[in-house]
Amino acid sequence: MINGRAHRYGDNIDTDRIIPGKYTKTLDISSLADHVMEDLDPHFKQKFRIGDILVAGDNFGCGSSREQAPIALKAAGISCIIARFYARIFFRNAINIGLPVLEVPNHEIQDGDALEIDMENGIVRNLSQGDLHQSTQLPKVMMDIVAEGGLVPYLRKYGDYHID
Amino acid sequence: MGKGMTISEKILTAHTGRETRAGDLCIVPVDGSMATDTTAPLAIKAFGEMGGVRLKDPSRFHLVIDHAAPAPNERIANLHSLMRRFANDQGCALHDIGSGICHQVMVDHRKVQPGDVFMGADSHTPTYGALGAFACGVGSTDLAAVMLTGKIWLKAPATIRILCHGKLPTHSSGKDLALEAVKALTISGATYQAVEYHGTAVEGLSLSQRMTLCNLVAEMGAKTGIVSPKGLELPYPFEATYADQDAVYARTIEIDASSLRPRIAVPDSPDNVDDIERYQGTRITYAFIGSCTNARHDDLRVAADILRGKHIAKGVRLVIAPASRQVLIDALADGTMQTLIEAGATLINSGCGPCVGSHEGVPGDEEVVVSTANRNFKGRMGNPNASIYLGSPATVAASALHGYLTNPAL
Ligand code: SF4
Repeated sequence: MINGRAHRYGDNIDTDRIIPGKYTKTLDISSLADHVMEDLDPHFKQKFRIGDILVAGDNFGCGSSREQAPIALKAAGISCIIARFYARIFFRNAINIGLPVLEVPNHEIQDGDALEIDMENGIVRNLSQGDLHQSTQLPKVMMDIVAEGGLVPYLRKYGDYHID
Repeated sequence: MGKGMTISEKILTAHTGRETRAGDLCIVPVDGSMATDTTAPLAIKAFGEMGGVRLKDPSRFHLVIDHAAPAPNERIANLHSLMRRFANDQGCALHDIGSGICHQVMVDHRKVQPGDVFMGADSHTPTYGALGAFACGVGSTDLAAVMLTGKIWLKAPATIRILCHGKLPTHSSGKDLALEAVKALTISGATYQAVEYHGTAVEGLSLSQRMTLCNLVAEMGAKTGIVSPKGLELPYPFEATYADQDAVYARTIEIDASSLRPRIAVPDSPDNVDDIERYQGTRITYAFIGSCTNARHDDLRVAADILRGKHIAKGVRLVIAPASRQVLIDALADGTMQTLIEAGATLINSGCGPCVGSHEGVPGDEEVVVSTANRNFKGRMGNPNASIYLGSPATVAASALHGYLTNPAL
């Protein structure tokens, strides 16, 4: 169960705004967290508390394939992302690195709402508005990757992909 | 079967060995893969963490140092060293600084062929759809899995057909057509789907222009983009994969190319596309001809034809980054580069250059840039206080000449 406060952003947040290209060339993960979302919201770092939830509209994470985007969000302490839908590379990247992401079409979560998320069943309870949302179901192979905590532990365990 | 297949369905079926239709989940053997200095270090790290010791097939894996090359600082220099060491240890190809932009290098060196499944750790990998390949962009960890297993898991995409009628007018190019298509589909309109280009307007296009079309499907959120190989000319024999007449498409968009005037993508999104006429006269200070979208030999020649015997406007700088070493050699051999430099252009290294804001020409605050690249997001070129317009090489050259956004057809 994840409990946290929602930080609401809009549609089409691209990966250049999540982490600008000039900061991506590094293996120092904490330096990515220092600059996350800075062009989009210069106050992000002050506002954000570890465990908070990032909420967006359509097409979150479009643009560059940089995995540094979900890595930076995870390193900053985001517990979960909720969007109406994601750009495909970002979505795969987030699952692969073990950052919880939920696709919740039609949600109306507002900035500051208190949320309670049941990751296992994909249920988002909006405590501030008193409503409940169900996320879309992941393909089986993605659920297996999520269950192992990401693609690295998945492949360390199985050595190869498997689809029943 | 009863119904035909799209190009993507045919390529995936040929690779999985069983009928693969839109929506099917499949594990696909990958013919080639690639990572750059932005994505390779993380991929190499993930490969090791997965327990990877040797690459599944070193002859199918390519490293390219292009995004910040030559290294602008010691941190990036060390990442480049890591890539060189890895290539040396594993026996895979390393395309070092000056080789060019990853996508151009893969095509120049024939590392991707028609009908291939190719995974690149860069979002513009669909560019190879110009050759009739099924090519997708992935992140570093997905790529590490390809390095380890030689495979990727995918959901076979539904396909959007873009039918381009007529023939492009003289001053409009593949870039104008591509921008019009991005506008029609919007920045998220092809998410999880493939895009297939068909029609008389694309049949006459060169490989270079087809690459521009496929390059910009990334700006629609597409999984891949393929130009129907009808009319495609390559310097080697190849087997083309065509869509069936009765292939099933998710939707069809039609564009009348014959009336298409030069387009411009207005800040801050590549789908914010308009007729350049409406912006004619907007002052610019910085013009960039480069990137995997439009920095090939034909692009540079278009610019040289506009600038021959003239000089760019006072107060404007024109930066040119050829797409690859081969492009640079060709542009030197026929005098194209000389013409551009005499007109006042600044030549920089073959590579990504200022496209991604890592180095080599970051714009200042309040500057207005006109560029042949593919993205004009806020901060894309390294400064969120600059604005970026996207257009064809002809538009950028004509604008550099006058110092303001200029319709090259006038
Ligand atoms: S030229 Fe620009 S868009 Fe193309 S691969 Fe390089 S950084 Fe990416």
